[in-house]
Amino acid sequence: MKRIIVVGNGMVGYKFCEKLRKQGVAAEVIVYGEEPRPAYDRVHLTSFFSGKTAEDLLMAPASWYAEHHIVLHTGELVTEIDRQQKTITTHTGKTDRYDYLVLATGSSPFVPNVKGVERDGVFVYRTIEDLNQIIDYGKKVTRAAVLGGGLLGLEAGKALVDLGLETHIVEFAPRLMPRQLDEQGSVILQHKLSQLGIAVHLNKSTKEIAGNGKLDGLEFVDGSFLPIEMLVISAGIRPRDEVAKGCGLEVHPRGGVVVNDFLQTNDENIFAIGEVAVHNNMVYGLVAPGYEMADIVVRQIAGDFSKTFQGFDMSTKLKLMGVDVGSFGDALGETPGCIPIAFQDKHNGVYKRINISADGKYLLGGILVGDAKQYNLFHQMAANKMALPAQPESLIIGAPGKGEEGAGVKNLPDSAQICACENITKGDLVFQITEKGVKTLDDLKRSTKACTGCGGCTPMVNDILKITLESLGHTVKKSICEHFDYTRQELYDIVKIKNIKTYDALLDSHGKGDGCEVCKPLVASLLASAWNELIVSQATIQDTNDRFLANIQRGGTYSVVPRIAGGEITPQKLMAIGRIAEKYGLYTKITGGQRIDMFGARVDQLPEIWEELIDEGFESGHAYGKALRTIKSCVGSTWCRYGVQDSVSFAIYIEDRYKGLRAPHKLKGAVSGCIRECAEAQSKDFGIIATEKGWNLYVCGNGGSRPQHAKLLVTDVDTETCVKLVDRFLMFYIRTADPLTRTATWLNKMEGGLEYLRDVIVNDSLGIGEALEKEMAELIANYACEWKKVVEDPALRAQFKHFINEDSTDSTLSFVEMRGQKCPPDWNKK
Amino acid sequence: MELLNDIRSLATTESDIKVWYKAARTIDFPENGGACVKYKDQQIAVFNFSRRNEWYACQNLCPHKMQMVLSRGMIGSAGEEPKVACPFHKKTFSLRNGECINATEEKLAVFPVKVEDGFVYIGFAR
Repeated sequence: MKRIIVVGNGMVGYKFCEKLRKQGVAAEVIVYGEEPRPAYDRVHLTSFFSGKTAEDLLMAPASWYAEHHIVLHTGELVTEIDRQQKTITTHTGKTDRYDYLVLATGSSPFVPNVKGVERDGVFVYRTIEDLNQIIDYGKKVTRAAVLGGGLLGLEAGKALVDLGLETHIVEFAPRLMPRQLDEQGSVILQHKLSQLGIAVHLNKSTKEIAGNGKLDGLEFVDGSFLPIEMLVISAGIRPRDEVAKGCGLEVHPRGGVVVNDFLQTNDENIFAIGEVAVHNNMVYGLVAPGYEMADIVVRQIAGDFSKTFQGFDMSTKLKLMGVDVGSFGDALGETPGCIPIAFQDKHNGVYKRINISADGKYLLGGILVGDAKQYNLFHQMAANKMALPAQPESLIIGAPGKGEEGAGVKNLPDSAQICACENITKGDLVFQITEKGVKTLDDLKRSTKACTGCGGCTPMVNDILKITLESLGHTVKKSICEHFDYTRQELYDIVKIKNIKTYDALLDSHGKGDGCEVCKPLVASLLASAWNELIVSQATIQDTNDRFLANIQRGGTYSVVPRIAGGEITPQKLMAIGRIAEKYGLYTKITGGQRIDMFGARVDQLPEIWEELIDEGFESGHAYGKALRTIKSCVGSTWCRYGVQDSVSFAIYIEDRYKGLRAPHKLKGAVSGCIRECAEAQSKDFGIIATEKGWNLYVCGNGGSRPQHAKLLVTDVDTETCVKLVDRFLMFYIRTADPLTRTATWLNKMEGGLEYLRDVIVNDSLGIGEALEKEMAELIANYACEWKKVVEDPALRAQFKHFINEDSTDSTLSFVEMRGQKCPPDWNKK
Repeated sequence: MELLNDIRSLATTESDIKVWYKAARTIDFPENGGACVKYKDQQIAVFNFSRRNEWYACQNLCPHKMQMVLSRGMIGSAGEEPKVACPFHKKTFSLRNGECINATEEKLAVFPVKVEDGFVYIGFAR
């Protein structure tokens, strides 16, 4: 068996191992990594600041290497290569023999030769160790800067912001991300960064890192001075070619091991991949080309020489501190004669630029800042030399309507790469649909592996599926799954009109097959919205959270959230929660909705816990349901010297009114006692803000992954009117929204938008106002606490146990301690 | 990994069953749903697919994130294939042969089931 030694255990070194084993290549593999831990995801290093641990970032745990018969030596630096003997030597003096050697040593941060770089408080940003040092030092200081305004520099800047430091970015060039952006793009990005409190200093050449022992500022050539206490240098990378140089491999004058199209060095048994390799005078400092290189070397070792490295498109799309930035093809318009077209919207922080070929026929490249939705399409148009429309400016100036993107996909050639992670072209996808009969996105994902990497191509793959199916004469209907040829709204109407009360009845009369995990909970939600009957009486069509009336958490235990309407709670009830949590050993945390979540309950404990909670006067909080969650409130006029209305009482009234209401998705509300809006009502599905004269009602706001401010529906209405409008609004949403669609998305998709919604709800343009109110009144009248029903019913209680054939509990459950409370262990540790 | 290997060693084909384990009464199982049966130190998910008048058994461990939870999953069909969906991330598996249907997870160990005199029996290799 051949013996392969991989030098370096970074992302690319790991990917090489993974691909080698996936290909089933029979070879001994030995990996030497200098860092103390196995390869980790350096690209997402900043997620360290948002709570990820070093473990979370691992590409694979140490056990993975063992399971795949790969010998991994961490903390061991290869210092010498003997090409005659085909051996390597490590810094501990160990030698090892190879048939093939793969250099994946990566790069180190480039530190410019500026006076004072050795001072305390100066760091680089590459490894977890660097990061830990930055975090430690960051605790002692308040002002910090990043030297370098490129991609990595901005990432490092984000890290400093996350540490709560006053953050400066210092760049030598006249703009940020000089390789990807032009000046206007940089201006928009700068503006966005300044909103986040980051100061950007351009055209700054650093003369000295000043200080005495530790640094106290940066002295620039232009005479200015920036006082800071910490500096992170991110001024580019330097390939780690020392060991290659030492054994006479050819290295580039600017650093890096020179390779040919086969990624071979001038020794045919030694390959170089990733950031240490120089191909055609280029070092590729991104992970995707590194993976491509790993793939090519794996293929060769397996005997397939058909694929060679032909350079790599360095187009990038990323989110920098919440700002979308895309840069593709000839982004800066360096092609002779090319014509740039740009669109700028400073107010919304959007900049788009496309560069057109001199003959006006092709898109060469471009820049998108603030809104990069069209990145995939433009990138493909440029990469495939697609013909431009007669007025190319319409690409960036016309408002991107819904149909447009789909139409763009239609014109893509079959060679267009759609999924970059798995290298799948449009032709591959179309072939599956037209020749193999694939009809659903899931099947397409399975047969091609598209969308299974980063998932970024999913919208395009979906568009291609839809357009191709339509071209085959299939009508593409938004039916919910293979078992029901109806939309959610149609099914809701059927349930109401035909008075259907059970899932089986609906499946028998209007569906086919035996149901699935899509239609079962959807119909369960419809039935609950329509009749508000006890959901556990049809337990097996519920998602697990609704089946066990609690939220399933990592490890398979559940969390318990009693209702605390409006966030108001007596000391006695607080103590009751504390006592019960302590008794059952639960982890407790305050939620974002002003209540208390208790985690780590076994399924068999749930009824006992609820029995005690109910005895103390609590009710279900429906935290497990697609249902009304909380109505958040500020203290309002009862205590606050600014409050103009009693927001707490109103919030409690509203929460009690709609508790248990099931909807297409979860619902959250809030009531603020004055214009200062301390309850953050404008981020809720419905928000009420007190005025001198009454209440302002806002609807369709959203926090979460796509925050959206709620829209003002009416102003200065009295309490009774406000409640009536909320009744209508919620009922209209329940009737018409697609499954799992929050109110914000529902409104975004609604034809006519807010004006139409206001017409229906306030002006009753459809004449359904009264009907909506009546339906709501029925649901409210039918409310009962689900947990009370379960606790009182021995047959229902009996369903809450782990084993059906004995009373013991799940012995595989385990917990670790964290800050004095219990937590489940990591996903992968079992 | 250990958990997976242990459960696999229990699985067998219809003809090589050494033990028919009497698990529980049929009426103890929910209709069109599952429950977890303990056998030796192992956890088996048993499903009463009453709509099809069929019974299935597989490992309770979802191979995706190693969670002991499949018995709490929803069952249904993909075409003719009976399936179960893991409650955690909705990975679906065939109840007939254990193959993962909508992803590339490892396949589940499945076990023969028979019903006699109102009791559910599961077949094991030992």
